[in-house]
Formats: sequence, C-alpha cells, structure tokens
Amino acid sequence: MHELSIAQSILEIVRQNLPLDREVSVSVVRLRIGVMAGVIPDSLEFCFSAIAQGTPAEGAALEIEHVPLTARCAACGRESAIEPTRFICPLCGSNDLTVAGGREMQVREIEIADGNGSGP
Amino acid sequence: MSVITIERKVLEKNDEIARQNRALFAEHGLFVINLVSSPGAGKTSLLERTLEHLAGSLPLAVIEGDVQTDLDAQRVARYGVPAVQIVTAGGCHLEAQLVRDALGALDLARVRLLIIENVGNLVCPSNYDLGEAMKVVVASTTEGDDKPLKYPAMFRNAAVMIINKIDLVPYLPCDPARLRANALQINPALRVFETSCTTGAGIPAWSAWLVEQSGSAVRTA
Repeated sequence: MHELSIAQSILEIVRQNLPLDREVSVSVVRLRIGVMAGVIPDSLEFCFSAIAQGTPAEGAALEIEHVPLTARCAACGRESAIEPTRFICPLCGSNDLTVAGGREMQVREIEIADGNGSGP
Repeated sequence: MSVITIERKVLEKNDEIARQNRALFAEHGLFVINLVSSPGAGKTSLLERTLEHLAGSLPLAVIEGDVQTDLDAQRVARYGVPAVQIVTAGGCHLEAQLVRDALGALDLARVRLLIIENVGNLVCPSNYDLGEAMKVVVASTTEGDDKPLKYPAMFRNAAVMIINKIDLVPYLPCDPARLRANALQINPALRVFETSCTTGAGIPAWSAWLVEQSGSAVRTA
C-alpha cells in the first residue's frame, strides 16, 4: 500500500544522482530490499513505472536484490539466517538476537545512457 | 551506457526528519509513543480510556492519524486534551514530516506525554520512524492469536504489545497465552499489557506505566 510513496522516494533519489551536464535516460535502477522491509516488488514496479513516465527514468527496469533475514546472536556471537516469525538462534537456541540484515531498502546504483537511450 | 553508484537509503529523508523530531521531543523532555494496530483493534478506544485515567494528572497531547475524517480527534477532544488531526487522504501510514507539521499546533512546553495514533495498518507504519521513543502495537483478541506471525516486522519493531478486548476471550477461539507466546517468539523484549476498554481491565496498569515512562523522559535543554 505504501509502495507509491516508496517509489516516489526512489525516483527522487535517482533524479538527484543524474548528471547535470547532459540529457540521459535511466535504463536500470538497482535496489536492495530486505524481506522484512514490507515491500511488495510487483506493486513497487507498477508504481514506479507509473510515476516515472515523462521523467528520465521512464521505462527503467527495477532490479531488486532481495536480502534474507539474518541475525547476530549475543550468546554465541554467530550470524545466521532466521525465519521472520521465529527469532531464535538456530545454532545455540538463544533468543538474544539483533537483526543484521533483512530490513534494507536502498537504492544501490543506476544504469544510464546518453540522450534517449540509443547513445553509446 | 554507464553505471552510477548511489547506495542511499530510500527512506533517508523520512529518517532525517524523524531524527529532528526526536531531538525536539528530547529538548522538551517529552515521552512519545507511536500507537499502531490493524483497523478496529481499539487504538482510539484505548486512547480514550487512557485519557480518562490520566487527564488532569499528566499533561498530554494527541496526534491522530486517519485516512479520512477528524472523528477520532473529536472523540479525544472530549477529554480536554489538545488533539491534532492528520488526515492522510488515502495514505496508509504517517510520515515524520506530517508529524512535524502537526507539532506546530501543540504547545510542547506544556506536554509530558505525546501519543501519536497511527493509521490502522500493520504493514507500512513499521517502516516509517516518526521520532517516537517506541512503538506500541495493539493486538485485539478478535483478530486471533496468530496476528504476530502474520505481521512479524511490526511486532519486532514494537517495544510494547497491548492485548485488547481481553473481556471477549470467553467467546472467541483466541488464546491470549498463545498470542503472547507468538509475539514473544518474534520479540522476546516485548512488554505486554492486557486490557479491555469495555470493562476497564488493565487500564490502570498501562496508564501507570505511561506515567512512569513519561517521568523518566529527560529534558535535554
């Protein structure tokens, strides 16, 4: 439901990072999204393609790197993949865990081409 | 074709405004909670019961987030508590900027406890920091005892869980002990209260805890 506002934030960040000295078009936007970030990829893609119309990112593909949920255990000091519904260290059984990965929502990089995208 | 490395958090703007809100709250020694739940779990009823209990003894204020109408702010205003309504007009969550805008209508110097009632939704509000000290999630017995398993991010991000509508347990297939266990499996540090806004059960303990927390919020300026 909040994918529209997330898509708007992504587009804003993308536009802030475009070169100012020439016209470019964005072909790919690479994102890193954790499984616990609460984002539905299909919905995000739909929203992004809608709001990107008429901008340099029109038609850009979203490539999403999904980050699994991992946690660091305070008891045994190790990091493991866990299920979002069970915050228990699979190695030692402790529940004293800190999330290490899986909440990310980041714009990693973009691919751009000069002009209308047919440039070198 | 070239690649531009960006590596920025999508919600960095919200996080920055939330950080400023938090600094402002600290400056005024304000304890701020972000009350979240699915629609109909009883956030506003809980708020009314809490205000009934605390109004007059603890200076508090309320920010109400709703998709439409100021009905909730009207309900809250009856208790003589300053209340600001944010209408998100379709938006499914509050953002830090909306809270900052609403703060202009409150005299923060006269407030010790600020309760922000978020839009009824267990997904999106978990991503948006508003600057609060903690999220308080309300899970009602009518929703079933598996709610934490369905929305783990919210229960992981909250510091307190209130099991509301506890008076209805005899009529429901909901086991409060299982609800509690499911939530604690996701977040063992959760502080749990059981309340009924119909009978008033649990409201004194919850209110007393709020008073204690508000007393320990330290003023930085």
